[in-house]
Amino acid sequence: MEIKPLLWRAVLLSMALLTALPILAVFGYVFVPAPEVWQHLRETVLSDYLLNTLWLVLGVGFGVLLLGLPAAWLNSMCQFPGQRFFEWALLLPLAMPAYIIAYTYTGMLDFSGPVQSLLRELTGWGYGDYYFPNVRSLGGAITMLSLVLFPYVYLLARAAFLEQSICVLEVSRTLGSNQWQSFFRVALPLARPAIITGLSLALMETLADFGTVQYFGVTTFTTGIFRTWFGLGDHAAASQLAALLMGFVFVLILLERWSRHKARYHHTSSKYSRLPRYPLRGSYAVAAVLVCALPLLLGFVIPVGQLLYWSVTTATNGLDADFIKLVWNSIMLASLAALFALLLALILGYGKRLSNDPLVNLTARIAAMGYAIPGTVIAIGVLIPFAWMDTQLNTISQQWRGSTIGLVLSGTLFTVLFAYNVRFLAVSLQTVEAGLGKIKPTLDNAGRSLGLSAFGVLHRLHLPLMKGTLLTAILLVFVDVLKELPATLILRPFNFNTLAVRAYELASDERLADAGLPSLMIVVAGIIPVILLSRSIGKSRAGEH
Amino acid sequence: MSKLTLQNIHIRYSNNAVVHAVSLTVEDGQIGCLLGPSGCGKTTLLRAIAGFESVTQGSITLNGQLISDHNTHLPPEKRTIGMVFQDYALFPHLNIADNITFGIRKQSSQDKARRVAELLELVNLPGYAKRYPHELSGGQQQRIALARALAPRPRLLLLDEPFGSQDVELREMLAREVRDILKREGMTAILVTHDQHEAFAMADEIGVLQQGRLQQWDTGYNLYHKPANAFVAGFIGQGVLLPGIVLNHNTVATALGNVHGDVPESCQPECPVSVLIRPDDLRLVADSPHPATVISRGFRGAEYLYGLALNDGSQLLALTPSHQAHPIGASVCIELDLQHLVILPTLTSY
Repeated sequence: MEIKPLLWRAVLLSMALLTALPILAVFGYVFVPAPEVWQHLRETVLSDYLLNTLWLVLGVGFGVLLLGLPAAWLNSMCQFPGQRFFEWALLLPLAMPAYIIAYTYTGMLDFSGPVQSLLRELTGWGYGDYYFPNVRSLGGAITMLSLVLFPYVYLLARAAFLEQSICVLEVSRTLGSNQWQSFFRVALPLARPAIITGLSLALMETLADFGTVQYFGVTTFTTGIFRTWFGLGDHAAASQLAALLMGFVFVLILLERWSRHKARYHHTSSKYSRLPRYPLRGSYAVAAVLVCALPLLLGFVIPVGQLLYWSVTTATNGLDADFIKLVWNSIMLASLAALFALLLALILGYGKRLSNDPLVNLTARIAAMGYAIPGTVIAIGVLIPFAWMDTQLNTISQQWRGSTIGLVLSGTLFTVLFAYNVRFLAVSLQTVEAGLGKIKPTLDNAGRSLGLSAFGVLHRLHLPLMKGTLLTAILLVFVDVLKELPATLILRPFNFNTLAVRAYELASDERLADAGLPSLMIVVAGIIPVILLSRSIGKSRAGEH
Repeated sequence: MSKLTLQNIHIRYSNNAVVHAVSLTVEDGQIGCLLGPSGCGKTTLLRAIAGFESVTQGSITLNGQLISDHNTHLPPEKRTIGMVFQDYALFPHLNIADNITFGIRKQSSQDKARRVAELLELVNLPGYAKRYPHELSGGQQQRIALARALAPRPRLLLLDEPFGSQDVELREMLAREVRDILKREGMTAILVTHDQHEAFAMADEIGVLQQGRLQQWDTGYNLYHKPANAFVAGFIGQGVLLPGIVLNHNTVATALGNVHGDVPESCQPECPVSVLIRPDDLRLVADSPHPATVISRGFRGAEYLYGLALNDGSQLLALTPSHQAHPIGASVCIELDLQHLVILPTLTSY
């Protein structure tokens, strides 16, 4: 296809610049001095931010490995009751945003919740008579995040175990190592790069988390940025905190890149034999079921049960016109963002396919980075340039017409959509690229040689082949936007509410039961991508023919 | 001493018999081979010897030690039986030296270093100790896989389609190379392959398996020249079974005239039999009582392989020097040049 090179490059360059804008804006503030606020931060909360973030990362890192690894091993190598069910069901906690699981456990475990009430009833203890761990703590945040993020480790570790040629394990047996020794000497080291990839994805989400730590009152970088921006009103200091947080994120991105790079050399073979799963019996089978059932129960079934209970009890007052407005807002916003992201992803995806322009790769790389950047950072990175542009526009308008025109960009839906695209373009881009990758260039050639025009190739070959891909890309971004909290909270127009924001506000107002219905809707929507994911896994099982 | 004996081995998956009544013996220092088309049960049998499959009936003994029967199953790691896999299965996270010492980690580091040097010398890859598997070519990886399997001095070495991933032209050469290495080490070994040339190049004795049954256990020469049945005759080398009628104890009448040779005692006069005609048993001559028509022709460099049809419709293959060129459709005359007669009692054709 002929594309006018100049126009094409201009489109690409502006896409790259716009996606990078929030990051550039944040780093642009690094050298703006904000001595007083920093002095204040250093004296009061900075060490808390650092330590809490560090503990959170360490704790969640340990937690996701503990929950994800044994389940991954059991589900790739063993046979036990319910294994086929657990194989995909263990992905379900991914549908549960961390801030929502935090609400449910707070509701269940706080002083007036059912667990402690039952405990008091059974023992006759009163207030202060017993010790009960406080959910709304650093340890609680670690537990909540681990419960919903462990599927990343599970997913990647399981894929790595399945990908290993069974011959490698058998060779180890013929060389005198038993099953356990073979696991630790061969399978685990081989899966290490994949496990590190899963771990770094989980930790990126941990660093990005705002809703959970804010609700639990754990001061980390994300809550600190929020507080410094809105509470102290210091944009420079907030940006500098954001830049520091980005530094941690970059470390994780590098770690992830490095481990993916290493994984290439850890590929054992292109030939796979049928995986003979060891059948587990008796107490071993019970243990295996427990190892899989516990994370599933705690990370999905129990919190969903609590949300259902709340939704049923509040349904009569909850389902009013306001709520319908809320659902409509969310769906409208998420659909717009998803379509917008798909459009950009298609431009980039086809650009990559049709030209070797290094600019395309650069743009795609920058776009892909957005997914790792915490929503809070993106939000203020968007606010800074948009507020600046608004000021400029108003100055011009004042000079020309003698009156201001108000906020044109910031505080509008456009800002929110823009931020979503910075954050989620990577999701649709990855999907589109994967879909296009399956359409071999020779297919285009075959189409052209059979008399199709360039447009004909698009219409008669690509469109039918890409239909599923396009739908997947839209769905994934849709659900991600639906769950997104911090950027929406910061950037939404005045009085514009979404399900996530409303759930957050209700929970913050101690109206947990009322937060149940909007939360439940988010979780239900979140199950869609999990189903898509487990389907695509089912199709591409390397270990079995 | 390493002597492997399989006695009446049956292997069943649920109700599906994969291996049926196989008995064989590989003497110390000998190289045996299980040869057969894919799905014949040869790999299953090999995995049963390694300890990855259990046997339903029968017994496997190594040096007089019972390692498998219907209620004994020594786990693979306790058998000291080495195995080389088709995809080599080198450990990609370990370097070559660590790969080789994987099975001898309990030895002292000096012993290990000595063994690594010795084995790298043996497989002709000295100086590769610190390399990683992904830096090696396929052939080199294969030799390292062999060295790794030999390191713990196993009592028996199993090779599962060890040359399957190599180019066809290389296979025979590699097979001879590996044979030399095994013979130098005095290793008892069993090879599994579907490629008869590989089997001939490497093994002392070859077992042809079909549908889980051992058809014949013999030397390569005997498999070709004295096949026990029609399957072996068809599977080893090329050939056509020509129908015939027994006249007496050393004569069979065929479309190509009477042929002479030992007729099996089970075949009485008047009994219908099949005579195995190899492509090199036929000559195209200027004149003979047996005219035929060329129906196909394959150029093989030094030779042509002709497909011929006799007047009665039966078809034959003939291998002739390539300067004897006949176009398709040409009429030729053929003459039998049988060195010895292979007569099979049944008329089953393969």
